[in-house]
Amino acid sequence: MVTQKEQRIGEVIETSTATFTTQSYQLYDLPPLGSLVKTRNKELELFAVVSNATTTGLEPGRKAIARGKDEESEEAIYKSSPQLEKLLKSEFEALVVGHRTVGKINHFLPPVPARMHSFVYICPVEEVREFSQSPSFINILLNTNPTLPQNELIVTCLRQISLAQEDSHHFLVTAGKHLARLLGDYNQLQSILERIKQ
Amino acid sequence: MMQQDNRLGIVVSGSLSKGVEVRLDNSTSVEDMVVGRYVTIEGHKQRFFGMISDVSLGVTDPNLALTPPDTTDPFLTEVLVGSGTYGQLQVMPYLTIGGNVANIIEGPQPVKTIPSHFSLVNLAQESDIELVFGKEDKERFWIGNPLDMETKLCLNLPEFVKRSNGVFGKSGTGKTFLTRMLLIGMLQKGACVNLVFDMHSEYGWAGTSEKGRTVKALKQLFPAKVAVFTLDEENSRRRGVSTDYVVRMGYDEIEPEDISLVRQTLNLTDQAVEAVYQMKRRFGKDWLRCTTELDDSEETREILNQLNIHDSTFQNLQRGLNTIRRLPFIQERSPKKVVQHVLEYLVRGTNVVLEFGRYTDITAYILVANMLSRRIYSHYREQVEQAMADGIAYPIPLVITIEEAHKFLNPEVAKQTIFGTIAREMRKYNTTLLVIDQRPSGIDDEVMSQLGTKITCLLDNERDRDSVLAGIPGKGELKSVLAKLATKQQALIFGHAVPMPVAFQPREYGSAESYKHFTDLEDSDEQTEKDIEELWD
Repeated sequence: MVTQKEQRIGEVIETSTATFTTQSYQLYDLPPLGSLVKTRNKELELFAVVSNATTTGLEPGRKAIARGKDEESEEAIYKSSPQLEKLLKSEFEALVVGHRTVGKINHFLPPVPARMHSFVYICPVEEVREFSQSPSFINILLNTNPTLPQNELIVTCLRQISLAQEDSHHFLVTAGKHLARLLGDYNQLQSILERIKQ
Repeated sequence: MMQQDNRLGIVVSGSLSKGVEVRLDNSTSVEDMVVGRYVTIEGHKQRFFGMISDVSLGVTDPNLALTPPDTTDPFLTEVLVGSGTYGQLQVMPYLTIGGNVANIIEGPQPVKTIPSHFSLVNLAQESDIELVFGKEDKERFWIGNPLDMETKLCLNLPEFVKRSNGVFGKSGTGKTFLTRMLLIGMLQKGACVNLVFDMHSEYGWAGTSEKGRTVKALKQLFPAKVAVFTLDEENSRRRGVSTDYVVRMGYDEIEPEDISLVRQTLNLTDQAVEAVYQMKRRFGKDWLRCTTELDDSEETREILNQLNIHDSTFQNLQRGLNTIRRLPFIQERSPKKVVQHVLEYLVRGTNVVLEFGRYTDITAYILVANMLSRRIYSHYREQVEQAMADGIAYPIPLVITIEEAHKFLNPEVAKQTIFGTIAREMRKYNTTLLVIDQRPSGIDDEVMSQLGTKITCLLDNERDRDSVLAGIPGKGELKSVLAKLATKQQALIFGHAVPMPVAFQPREYGSAESYKHFTDLEDSDEQTEKDIEELWD
């Protein structure tokens, strides 16, 4: 299933059935919040939505200090302290929203979680379209408990995925209708809809 | 593919008495749904045929109705339509079609159950409607099209004339138009012989359409089958009507029973009506002339004393009888009894239309209609009884058409007039009524309940609607259909001759093409061309 457009971005460093955390190979090379990423566990392809991202020091106990007082630009800080690139790491969490077995995409949790050090890819546009043909992946987003506020995650995810669509308006309307059925709470629905409209 | 296009939604709840609720699909606009249209419901074991009786809007969350979204934002509205908000139909299932053996052999059957949850609801196809209402054939007459449909709605006329029927609707909604068409149907299918009391001279030779155009009536379409009788020769001549007989009635043809029926319109007291019978006993056949010619003399007083009639009663009676005498078609002697003349035509199978000309006064109408009908009915009764005894063929069914029916059939007089009897005794003696009226609530309940098929145009009085629909299953739903009929050219038919109630648009009448369909004549093509030419002249 590897296509040329797949862009490898990092590898899994923490994993569970519902989420996994990926460390990016490059500092700050993070996929946009709400975008679709994937990883593999043998034959199984796991799809996940980026739900949070962090950049911290390698050593958990050691805090970063301000370095740019005498520098002219932010870039200059990294130039004058090239070790920073090695001492910092960028990570992102992703919520598993579906998987592919035997060529078929399912919008429910996979039987096994991602493996440690599995490669993580940003999904190419075609795959995002294929995955989002049905809006039922939203069900999982509604049922998990992400670090960020749930509504924010749904809004950014739908906006991100709509970018890959040929007819993004149609996608958003379909997803909106699906949400309306799932939520039943008109006020929550309205706050989401107002932010996903283009 | 057709099935897909016609899909409306699915059944979500309901009951047999109130009908089922149908949730509309997102793709179906509630604005396309019209009360009165037909749907089929694909149950798991059988197909149902029903009618839309109500359309409503629903919301899943009451907050949506309390704080509606910003309508300037099309996106929000687009999302909420069909998800947070939805359209709903109330469908009354009437028949089951296809499916089980009884349905296949005997055709559509009345419903005894309802479709199960989530049964698919489709707009009825032409083939479904044909299955229910039948095709135009030897017995079925095409009366119009169900609302918003191309399919022909056909009425089984032999079945129709088996019982008394009613055409209702407020003034100007097309009652006359409908009646004329029904009469044409009866003539075309030869289902019966008609006697029409034509108060406003609309059925015999020519009538007028709403647009003021003259349209052909029975005699012009079926010259061989129709005879036009007139009470007012001069009026008929002025209108260029070729009449077959000028009706004149002799004093001796009027009997005391006839007077008792016009009691209300003549303003006679009970005593005065009683006195009529005494006068008849006293003077015999010539009683009417004798009574009106009694002057204020000693001799008269003696007669009154003998008969025990009070002077004021006599005055009252004389005033009333003089009103009758003043009617120009009532003469001292008439050459031939009009009843026999009418009967001769009817027995031959010729339909009789009696035009009243200028005598549209209700006294004249009631008097003449009653006099003739009573005698004709008794003749028919004798014939039927004779036929029963001898085991010979019954006479051709007779349909008597009366207008302003509430004057004959109101609760006070329905028991006395012959029309009340005909309506109640129905087909036993092969005589039925076609009642035309604008105030059905004025007609006796017992008579209304005996009417087999009712056709009603718009009625906007609540009591009239209640009266027409009394005793019909699903009355509430039909009432909403009836109230929503257009003011013209739309009607609701229900009862004996149709398998289920239908709101329909009567077929076109008045164009050359329409006449061609009505007459079925061999030379109709020629006739049509002639008519078209005439239109250009």
